Amino acid sequence: MIREDIIQKLPYSKPFLFVDEILEIDEEHIKGSYTFLKDEYFYQGHFKNNPITPGVILTECMAQIGMACFGIYLLKDVWDQEKWSVAMTSNEMNFYKPVFPGEKVIVKAEKVYFRFNKLKCNVFMYNTQEVIVAKGIVSGIAFKK
Amino acid sequence: MANEELLSKLKTIIAPYVQNQEGLKNLTENTDFIKDLEINSANLVDVILDVEDEFDIEIDNESMEKMLTVKASIEIIEAKLAEK
Repeated sequence: MIREDIIQKLPYSKPFLFVDEILEIDEEHIKGSYTFLKDEYFYQGHFKNNPITPGVILTECMAQIGMACFGIYLLKDVWDQEKWSVAMTSNEMNFYKPVFPGEKVIVKAEKVYFRFNKLKCNVFMYNTQEVIVAKGIVSGIAFKK
Repeated sequence: MANEELLSKLKTIIAPYVQNQEGLKNLTENTDFIKDLEINSANLVDVILDVEDEFDIEIDNESMEKMLTVKASIEIIEAKLAEK
């Protein structure tokens, strides 16, 4: 299950799209993945001669899967890319392992609530060894532009 | 529930989300959550959810859209409590 239909509806594009596929989705949770390219633009500066994926980008990846993709699914036909937009409104994150260029990550998000177009989720990121990379809480809101 | 008690409970609920503390100090019935207290729209949702928990009521979309001032919120909370 890749759910290209949902990914097509995302308001992001390269070099700031951090979703490759959606593996599971229902009213309560979503699971998706992204493989960081070896030459993502931010590796040029983070860090000098020592490329590691920035925590803010890991947070962004978790938000794109756990908020944007999940939110678009939960909004169903209401979501219209031309008329609606999304914003991350808060996050609290802990990081456990570095993510290197070329690494694949799996993101899981579990709904805490979805009310009045605001989605709050517990989010988890794992590497391919199934070791937890990051864990936290993310909230976002969808609104008419 | 007396109006004063309701107002005091509402004030406790909104306090953590207020950006303009002056506005909270000078809270009146006419205080506007967004204009006077600078609560953002995401936190406005949290206010509504906290109101639901505190008063054990359910706020529908239509009511939520009206709950932008202290006065409107108290009216809606009172109406929902009366329905119970």
